[in-house]
Amino acid sequence: MAEATEYKQIGTSPVRPDGIDKVTGRAQFGADMILPNMIHGKVLRSPHAHAKIKSVDLSGALAMPGVFAAISGADFPGGALEGEASGEGGGSLTDIAKNVIARNKVLYHGHAVAAVAASTPRLAQEALKAIKVEYEKLPPVLDVVAAMADASPLVDENNFTNLPEKPENPSNIANVGRLERGNLDEGFAAADIVIEREFKCPMAHQGYIEPHACVANIDETGRGTVWCSTQGHFEFRSATAKMLNKNIADLKFVATEIGGGFGGKTVVYLEPLATMLSEKTGRPVKMAMSREEVFRATGPASGTVAKVKVGLANDGTITAAKSWIAFEAGAFAGAPYMPGAMTIYAPYKLENFLVETFDVLVNKPKVAAYRAPGAPQAMHAFECALDEAAQILDMDPIDLRLHNAAEEGTKASYGPKFPVIGFKQCLEAAKNHPNYSAPIPEGAGRGVAVGFWFNVGMQSSAEVHINDNGTVMVVEGSPDIGGSRASMCLMAAETLGVEYADVRAQVGDTESTGFCNVTGGSRTTFATGMAVTQACEDVIADCKRRAAMTWGLDEDQVEWEDGQAIPGPGVNADVKPLSLAELAGKAAKTGGPIQGRASLNAQGAGASFSVNFADIRVDRETGKVDVLSYTAVQDAGKAIHPAYVEGQMQGGAAQGLGWALNEEYIFDDEGILQNAGFLDYRIPVASDLPMIDTHIVEVANPSHPFGVRGVGETPIVAPLAVTTNAVSRSLQQRICELPLSPPRLLAEIDG
Amino acid sequence: MVKVVLSENFSSLADGCGELELKVDNYAGVVAELVARWPKLEPVLTRSSVAIDGLIYQDAMYEPLKSDSEVFFMPRIEGG
Repeated sequence: MAEATEYKQIGTSPVRPDGIDKVTGRAQFGADMILPNMIHGKVLRSPHAHAKIKSVDLSGALAMPGVFAAISGADFPGGALEGEASGEGGGSLTDIAKNVIARNKVLYHGHAVAAVAASTPRLAQEALKAIKVEYEKLPPVLDVVAAMADASPLVDENNFTNLPEKPENPSNIANVGRLERGNLDEGFAAADIVIEREFKCPMAHQGYIEPHACVANIDETGRGTVWCSTQGHFEFRSATAKMLNKNIADLKFVATEIGGGFGGKTVVYLEPLATMLSEKTGRPVKMAMSREEVFRATGPASGTVAKVKVGLANDGTITAAKSWIAFEAGAFAGAPYMPGAMTIYAPYKLENFLVETFDVLVNKPKVAAYRAPGAPQAMHAFECALDEAAQILDMDPIDLRLHNAAEEGTKASYGPKFPVIGFKQCLEAAKNHPNYSAPIPEGAGRGVAVGFWFNVGMQSSAEVHINDNGTVMVVEGSPDIGGSRASMCLMAAETLGVEYADVRAQVGDTESTGFCNVTGGSRTTFATGMAVTQACEDVIADCKRRAAMTWGLDEDQVEWEDGQAIPGPGVNADVKPLSLAELAGKAAKTGGPIQGRASLNAQGAGASFSVNFADIRVDRETGKVDVLSYTAVQDAGKAIHPAYVEGQMQGGAAQGLGWALNEEYIFDDEGILQNAGFLDYRIPVASDLPMIDTHIVEVANPSHPFGVRGVGETPIVAPLAVTTNAVSRSLQQRICELPLSPPRLLAEIDG
Repeated sequence: MVKVVLSENFSSLADGCGELELKVDNYAGVVAELVARWPKLEPVLTRSSVAIDGLIYQDAMYEPLKSDSEVFFMPRIEGG
């Protein structure tokens, strides 16, 4: 890691390069693309949560004037597909293909059954009514715990629990996770108090404001371009090509500007349909979901039931912990059951524990990743149990966590020893924060909880081109969701020794830059930033070579400092330093254009911890919850662009508060989602929330040139338990089921 | 000797073996040895992450190991 801690560019917060386009409406999002001769695609969706498809008759739609094509599952190549979608909750590509369009069964209300392309969106919508589908209804499987029983109806009669020896009978349980250490009996015997509770978190949507949208333009040879709103256009290209049995080289994918993803845009929904419709019609096809379709048919986060038992000694030492968590997978396997198991105890030194988690099929939309997938639900349960323990032991909840906190060298509950981490620093920063020493408002409760996410590296590519005036163009392949272009510019400027204003960044399409995995897992600033830094170092090496050539020196006699080549110490050369602009201006005479590039698979991502606390008051007459203050502390490793780090922390807190307070999928007995719109599915609005105060801790990750850990996932983990703990303390009774909506709280108060 | 740790989801495919020591000098050697002993592990290991002396690798292959290194196999983590 670079020793320098006094940076000139990193740590500043310039305005994002895409900011003006976004606030003026000039930015092109998924549905903004318009091409000549473009037609419009729409999807026919299942009216049942669970049914066999006996027949699909497209002829009525195809006979309508202005309808160019109609397709169903029968038009797609069948069979198993190699590979997996990215992100926890991604699942196998074979299942993703069946989620894109149903084959012989529909598995949730809203499951795609057919699609049409017509001259106008309205005509396409009308044509859907002319498609005849004959169904045989089946009983829907809706309750995650009941679904695990042997006698439950099956979502998929070919699903066998993934165990070393294949079970005799199929089941709704797709996968089982288990981590254990020590001796539970001895651990609980050593406890002075034992807390045992059951917690529930509802299925909740990522709530991105921009619906899924794409335009596909495929020519008569089967080659073409797809513009789409995605967190990873390279992986969307790969998934689409595999589902349509096409060569990935025949498809170019372009990532448009994206109006939020949070994990939900790591998997394809419309792109294979639009590509096939375009290929069939020879015209560009635009497809854009309605908000209702987004709710009914795109990935929510798993609902969970969690049973937790934890024992503590009177001094606050956790002596044993036992947990059981059932995750709703939706219609296909792929709930984040293992991340749930791996995160629940991660912040603590534990000698005796067991956690069992389950990936359970139900007739609901297939879940997709949502910031730190699996961690918010799992850690909600344990963090609430710890808060109750702190109350019983009359301990400050931060002190209780400090007493048990993992640190460098601690064997993490998920296995390896932690390298340098900043959990204790976060706890101490929270405890020392002026908001924590402020008096708790009358009638309010103060909730405390912690969050954790591993963060990941994975594959990234970047190219850096130097213009002839010395300005810098960075091209990389990570869709910019949280301001990453600004962060890339800052890292490039810092490495090259130039000003931020002289650097531009562009997200290249799949033919313009090297492969990049999805923007997810808090990996972009870490991994793509590492690629950008290495590409800049490539430029510097080239510039030093050119300066050495100019001066008649050896390359190792030249150094790079403050954006210019200079003779190294002790080199006797009467020469004037050569700036990047001077070198670029003479590039034609020293070997041609200057550019650097790097492709890597970044390893050594650094775990990130957070500590959040909030003062929350509940009106006992109405059940209304007022969040009076909220404070988020998090270890970023190094904040490249502090304002965007704070934005991630504030956004995660807002989303977590929404999940805790009001957000939930409400299904009727037939599995029909009753609140598929923002009027009835209530995400928090500005007037619901106070200012989210932030404090960035910086414990550098030694594996990154600037110490970056990644910040996007962790902020959503703690708020669920913070809210539950604050509400429980406000009401002076423990609440164990989310959301903490007025009707539920009134029932708890009256109950 | 390199210490290799297999968590529950891996050890269930390795006759319950949760920990073993191997005389190898890189990660590829660990994988080759494990697959030779328990062929069922191969598809799981190729999809897993691994922590080598606490540093998490999503896609390790020939990483060098010290004589006292700890190699810990864990499920692959990505995120949203």
